[in-house]
Amino acid sequence: MLELTTTRHNHLIDPGVHVWGWEIPIYLFVGGLVAGMMVITGYLLLTGRFRGRESVARSLPLISLIVLSAGMLALFLDLEHKLYFWRLYTTFEITSPMSWGAWILLLVYPALVAAMLIRPPSILGLWDGIVKLSGRVAADDRSVRWIGTLNVVLGVMLGIYTGILLSAMGSRPLWNSALLGPLFLTSGLSGAAAFVHMIARDRSESDLLVRADNGLLVVELVIIGLFLIGMTSASEAHIRAAGLFLGGSYTSVFWVFVVGAGIIFPLVLQLLMVRHKIRHTVVAPLLVVAGGIALRFIIVYAGQASHM
Amino acid sequence: MARFGMVIDTTRCVGCMDCVVACKTENDVPEGFCRDWITTEVKGEFPEVQMEIRSERCNHCDNPPCVYCCPTGASHVEEFGQTVQVTPEVCIGCKACLAACPYDARFINPKGYADKCTFCLHRVKEGLEPACVSVCPTQCMHFGDLDDPNSEVSRLIKSRDNHTLLPEAGTNPRIFFLT
Amino acid sequence: MTAVSRRRFLKISTGATVGAVAVAGGSLRPAFSRPVEDGEVIRKIPTYCDVCFWKCGAIAYTRNGKLWKVEGNPADPLSRGRLCPRGTGGVGAHYDPDRLRTPLIRKNNRGEEEWVAVTWDEALTYIAEKMQAIKQQYGPESMALFSHGVGGTFLKHTVKAYGSPNIAAPSYAQCRGPREVGFNLTFGDAVYSPERTDIRNSKCLTLIGSHLGENMHNTQVQEFADAVGNGASVIVVDPRFSVAASKAKYYLPIKPGTDMALILAWMNVLVSEELYDKDYVEKYGFGFDAFKASIAGYTPEWAYPITTIAPQVIRDTAREMARYAPASLVHPGRHVTWYGDDAQRSRAIALLNALLGNWGRKGGFYTPTGMPVPGYDGYPAYPKPEREHVDNPGHAYPFADEELTTGIRNATITGEPYPIKGWMVYATNLLNALPNQEETIKAIQSLDLLVVVDVIPSEIAGWADVVLPESVYLERYDDLNAAPFREPFIALRQPVVESPDDQKPNWWIARELAKKLGLERYYPWTNIEEYLEARLAAGGYSFDGLKRDGIINGPKIPLYIEDGLEPVFYTPSGKIEFYSTQLAEHGLDPVPTFTEHPQPGPGQFRLLFGRAPMHSFGRTQTNPLLAEMMEENELWINKNVAGRYGLKSGDYTRLKNEDGVVSNRIRVKATERIRGDCVYMVHGFGHTAKGMRRAFGKGASDAELATKYVMDPVMGGTGMNVNFVTIELEGA
Repeated sequence: MLELTTTRHNHLIDPGVHVWGWEIPIYLFVGGLVAGMMVITGYLLLTGRFRGRESVARSLPLISLIVLSAGMLALFLDLEHKLYFWRLYTTFEITSPMSWGAWILLLVYPALVAAMLIRPPSILGLWDGIVKLSGRVAADDRSVRWIGTLNVVLGVMLGIYTGILLSAMGSRPLWNSALLGPLFLTSGLSGAAAFVHMIARDRSESDLLVRADNGLLVVELVIIGLFLIGMTSASEAHIRAAGLFLGGSYTSVFWVFVVGAGIIFPLVLQLLMVRHKIRHTVVAPLLVVAGGIALRFIIVYAGQASHM
Repeated sequence: MARFGMVIDTTRCVGCMDCVVACKTENDVPEGFCRDWITTEVKGEFPEVQMEIRSERCNHCDNPPCVYCCPTGASHVEEFGQTVQVTPEVCIGCKACLAACPYDARFINPKGYADKCTFCLHRVKEGLEPACVSVCPTQCMHFGDLDDPNSEVSRLIKSRDNHTLLPEAGTNPRIFFLT
Repeated sequence: MTAVSRRRFLKISTGATVGAVAVAGGSLRPAFSRPVEDGEVIRKIPTYCDVCFWKCGAIAYTRNGKLWKVEGNPADPLSRGRLCPRGTGGVGAHYDPDRLRTPLIRKNNRGEEEWVAVTWDEALTYIAEKMQAIKQQYGPESMALFSHGVGGTFLKHTVKAYGSPNIAAPSYAQCRGPREVGFNLTFGDAVYSPERTDIRNSKCLTLIGSHLGENMHNTQVQEFADAVGNGASVIVVDPRFSVAASKAKYYLPIKPGTDMALILAWMNVLVSEELYDKDYVEKYGFGFDAFKASIAGYTPEWAYPITTIAPQVIRDTAREMARYAPASLVHPGRHVTWYGDDAQRSRAIALLNALLGNWGRKGGFYTPTGMPVPGYDGYPAYPKPEREHVDNPGHAYPFADEELTTGIRNATITGEPYPIKGWMVYATNLLNALPNQEETIKAIQSLDLLVVVDVIPSEIAGWADVVLPESVYLERYDDLNAAPFREPFIALRQPVVESPDDQKPNWWIARELAKKLGLERYYPWTNIEEYLEARLAAGGYSFDGLKRDGIINGPKIPLYIEDGLEPVFYTPSGKIEFYSTQLAEHGLDPVPTFTEHPQPGPGQFRLLFGRAPMHSFGRTQTNPLLAEMMEENELWINKNVAGRYGLKSGDYTRLKNEDGVVSNRIRVKATERIRGDCVYMVHGFGHTAKGMRRAFGKGASDAELATKYVMDPVMGGTGMNVNFVTIELEGA
């Protein structure tokens, strides 16, 4: 038996590390969601589907910009030295995922604006100049391809970054897994597919998104399985960390909210949808989105509780 | 170029917290926070008990995850003594370094920036020892250049049984505990 | 690598960042340059510490005139330039927001802590009138002073000038008194403070309940660490696995209350195996044969069922002690008022040391010397009291050589041998220092006057009629310290910063009170600097030099028999008294014997208490720096036992003693570091004084639970480790 006592009593650190509250999981979720939406936008641009009359490509970039800005606000709220926020952009720290993220986000904005120009939302139609510019860009296949590719690439980078931000921290064994990036990317893509599915009006797009989401959910399940297997076959600290989900304090929330209600149940519903057994409703996508949020919260909170 | 480190003799340490108080007054560490602390590790069952008492703080790791994760360069390796330092005016308070430190050695100063042990570089530059070292009534702490094979710290590490904290974290900590 | 990139950034972007930095309001400065900024004025003023009573030499730093930090004075032999955490945290005493600020006079009933703030003149006039009335009605002896620490010097002077001999400190009958008496009876000399223990040079150090390292008397701990560092063999006897125990070669988890049996058995082994220092005993000992006969029955096998220490361990440890003799020290302890036979137990420890031949020897007990500093010349003689000390009528405690606090308390309650009607209390929280608070309160209720002089609004202050706020030590002069030590020295306490409010130094208070009492002639000096200068000048020392350096170091002195210093024993026989005729004459055991003490019944635990390195008694819990180091005390309870009560570390519980007193709630420390038949807490917590806002209601008070105490028949000490408690479960 080991009796360990410390006299340290620092706020956010003791008795257990809790440096990040709701802001960071929300930010990570939003980052993943936007990443997914960018990939979808890029796909629509690259496949020409954006030209469809009711294509969701018309609203996705704007929604992405708004959602991302909300996420950035959450990130900003988390900062303890807010007036120095600009310091992020006076340097590039190659070893820091957060620095990468800051710069990626800086590139994401113009990419989204460019995508928005191709099929501007109706409110932007009020300005003649924009309509004209938009028509010229949309007509140029090369520009569309470039912008589409840019959105896909930046979306994937953003999605992976949200996971790497955490997985780079060797001090928190639960985060310290190479699978966290792919997991967050997949979850982001899946969440985005579900979310876009909810707002898509074009039936073919909806079907496509549900099918894609089902695939992503299956992949996500596999990654979660591999994540836990990897964790339990690593160091003692990692085994203890995995224990948080395998009998430990986060077990029920993880299996009920992330795996059960967030992946398996909506997957079943969506499989039925694809076979036209049930109608498309918002229930399944909402569950997927909620599961994505739950995943971020649980990983961020449980990760802080895990210790070398 | 010097590479500062510490050697702490746990056989002498009584865990009195003088190091903590001295650090607080020397460095104006705000109330409720500490840059160093005492950890007590008790093994065994009464009366067959072993106890190790350690004065702990930032390990100024050779491989510092807090520096690697810092998005602004606020956390950096200072040339002087190759110590890990924070520049408050560059820190955005993102807390990545707090999460990245396996020793939980950092905290957010109420002014908003990441704060931690500096090895009292302001004293060291004047030829003094860090406050915690200079105050210790049991003289259990030693500070010096680990790269100098003739320094007291190097000699102690060579001649006495010792361990570092969480070597498995791969951080190459620079505080050695004599046992 | 990152550092490189940052530096490059700084170089490249200097121009771009100037404006932004200006917005942030400062230039780029790394954190490590913060403490001393450009243009700051740093001053260093030497003084000596008062957070405990060790009186370490210190150097206080001010920054732009404000107190910054306190460090040890390297010239001071007590601290060797290193203070303990309390000394380092002394800064907090000055900044303590709970400090007493102005003189206060009681508004309603005693103990309600309702006050009217008054001027010093009003307060002192009030006190002087009451004191004159007491003098007229009952005589000056009916005024008593309780005082702890050097700060009481001048109040003692005023009270003696007023005509009372009744001056007591809890540091005697509630602390080290039995030790001094036990050693005096044996060696004809006491251990004193700072203790004359040569721990630094000990090759084998035995600690019986002494928790050095937790008890933070600076030199003792420094030397303990040195001894450990030098590879000394440490033997620790304690029901609790103390910090010292973790450094020990032998840890003896003794059953509380049975130490005497172990000491007797050790002596038995040393004598029966002829391991003792025969030459030494023959040369210096008196009555050894009677002693030998007396302890013959106390074999390790006899002690085993009493102490729970296996006979082989008793033998091994006795042999270990003998192996290193005379550099083998059995520490006499300091707070030794445990079971009521404490003077005899201390005497047994003295005898054990005598067998090891270490009194006056290197690694044992050295011979301390003080620097000769004449007293102040020019005081008139004190009036001779008409009645003798009130505390020990009929010399019921024949070897009491200082005044007994509880004796004064008894006289206050009973009016016998004569009434005590006024108490002045300086810097000692009698409510927590004396056992049985009910008796203390009963005594207070029969007083005409209770004056408390202190720096914090302690419990005893809460019961006062008048509270006088004293400047903390960093704000005042006090008398010189020239305590005998291994290196003679003189230390000065001098003000570093001004008092923040209307607090006054004790010398000023004592002098102004004397003036109000018409005793001006006892204060021929107007300012303490004159007094100090006169004393120093009379000894040929420079006041200015002392103000500059804080310490005057004396010449090196011989310390040991090895240095040619022949020991002198001020006993009736002139020798080390293995057999004490003095004790025999008073019908007391001439050689220590074993007395069985009651043990806790089922479900009961013996309440033990001790110290923490960052606190001094109950005096430091509102010091913000030290409070932060330990905000509340914990109840140490054996992990298995705690489990049986469903308690785990961090839970709160209460204790109830045999008289039905229930403690404040206290946090459990379920630990492998203590026996199952006792519980332990750090003394000084569980404050109930409203003014001690930071400490109020935090932790539990052992003093409150110490309703039982056993009087030491030899010298009137109060054994306080005799209280049994049960655990009162409560929801967190």
